[in-house]
Amino acid sequence: MSSADALECHVQKRLGDFALDISLSVPASGVTALFGQSGSGKTSLLRLIAGLDRPDAGRVRLGERTLTDIANRTHVPIHKRQLGVVFQEARLFPHYRVRSNLTYGMPPSARPRFDDLVSLLGIEHLLERLPGTLSGGEARRVAIGRALLTQPRLLLMDEPLTGLDGERKQELLRYLVRLTREIDIPVVYVSHDTAEISAIADHLALVEQGRLTAHGQLDELMMRLDLTDRLGGFDAATRLSAKVVDHDSHYSLTRVALDDGQTLRIPAIEQPPGTPIRLRVGVRDVALAHVMPEGTSYRNGLSAVIEAIEPSPQAPSASEVRLRVGRQRLRARLTRQACDEMQLEAGKTVIALIRSVAFDSRF
Amino acid sequence: MLVEAMALSDAEWQAIVLSLKIAGSAVGWILIPGIAVAWLLARHEFRGKALLDGLLHLPLVLPPVVVGYLLLLSLGRNGWLGQWLYQGFGFSLPFTWQGAAVAGGVMAFPLLVRAVRLSLEAVDPKLEAAAGTLGANRWRVLFTITLPLAIPGLLTGTVLAFARALSEFGATITFASNIPGETRTLPLALYTLIQTPGKEAAAARLCVLSIVIAMLSLIASEWLARRARLRLEERDR
Repeated sequence: MSSADALECHVQKRLGDFALDISLSVPASGVTALFGQSGSGKTSLLRLIAGLDRPDAGRVRLGERTLTDIANRTHVPIHKRQLGVVFQEARLFPHYRVRSNLTYGMPPSARPRFDDLVSLLGIEHLLERLPGTLSGGEARRVAIGRALLTQPRLLLMDEPLTGLDGERKQELLRYLVRLTREIDIPVVYVSHDTAEISAIADHLALVEQGRLTAHGQLDELMMRLDLTDRLGGFDAATRLSAKVVDHDSHYSLTRVALDDGQTLRIPAIEQPPGTPIRLRVGVRDVALAHVMPEGTSYRNGLSAVIEAIEPSPQAPSASEVRLRVGRQRLRARLTRQACDEMQLEAGKTVIALIRSVAFDSRF
Repeated sequence: MLVEAMALSDAEWQAIVLSLKIAGSAVGWILIPGIAVAWLLARHEFRGKALLDGLLHLPLVLPPVVVGYLLLLSLGRNGWLGQWLYQGFGFSLPFTWQGAAVAGGVMAFPLLVRAVRLSLEAVDPKLEAAAGTLGANRWRVLFTITLPLAIPGLLTGTVLAFARALSEFGATITFASNIPGETRTLPLALYTLIQTPGKEAAAARLCVLSIVIAMLSLIASEWLARRARLRLEERDR
């Protein structure tokens, strides 16, 4: 365990026919997504970390503190773990008002944070309401606030967007992304939705049939062809980090700059200039050209260097081109025919064309 | 004339007050053990759970006289528990109103446990787990989440137990006897009058009184349950 890790766990548990056997380190900052299909064991792993279940063997450590060590018969009870847990359902207490739900686990030292957090989550106007009167998205925001006000050393979130409809989901996701940038505690985020994860996660742990099959920086894992099937398949994407430069209110566009100074135009976002944002770029939304074409509807052309060209695992007609843009990386899926006719090869400089309207997630 | 005829005699008052006192005490002493046992059965798995559950239900299915006799055997001055009570504290239960309260409590216990257990089982354990993740220990979870959410069932169980203790006859007469002013509750007073030739009118009066008291406690129970429901619903709305 490196000193930068907040949580280290090595757990085994049998659940009927299913065997969970996972070693995982969670970095001390950022959001770590536990990603996998339903039934892969990601929620079981979260329950073992939270202390809701006990592993058959193994240990869980949070910083210097041992939470579970079966060999030493250590199992810190759930209420002494200092972990914030946000469940799939909000699990608000129906007989307490929102305010009392929020303060249920709040130590006096968290008092000064109450107002800030409440306004960050946009729940000021709900404080005197009873949970039964809240919408699904509101209830989840209260549940997230309630968990954070316990001043946890780690926040565990189990598919907090499940069951919300499209609009509400996007809204809560925006709150979550803002929140995870404001708080300085590590977050473990369970999800099976690639779009959700590319919006929020820094690190990714891929869980399949009770095993950890890949683990690392999400940006790097998204570049891996062998994971394409798991991370989006047909809709696979990569991410670019950028900063807001300015807004064009006439066309409702926002200009953002990459770390090497190249700029992109994306549909307008609300964040003020200077705000760091992440752009999800679908591999099918990137076209390549030798020179920036004239008279084209493409709004964005990034100078990029080809790193590698490999056959796509998705279709025999396609090739996956890995590109380097400044210090960042990008993937493009082209037909093999186009690659051949353009005589693309590693080391060549090309223009990566991206349609502005292709940027759907705006975080 | 009519008013005088309607007025309750001293003996009748005595029986009513005594009945209420004994039934109230019976509920009083079984309330906390009853909730504790119901919680144990609703939320925990342990060896002998089925046995405990069976034992609890015995007073419901045994003839009340058998229960009274068993109480006499164990709590009488020569009983294993009664001996210890008498020698240790100079305290004896048979033939006292406290004894009648014990008999009523034992008979009402399964009804209380059953109602409370059902309402505790209806409380979502997920809410209790959520309270745990917020740092609440087992006791805080019990007093802030589980019990408040189970209040409607707690009220129903309490009223049910009170009514059962009020109507208790067999175990009471066996264990505490039929002593005027001490253990002669309404049912026992009624029984005494029925046994006495020429007291038919007085028996009829007690009969009506019993009906009135039973109706009042049913109404009170309905009212309390509705109020608790409304309060929870108001909170839900």
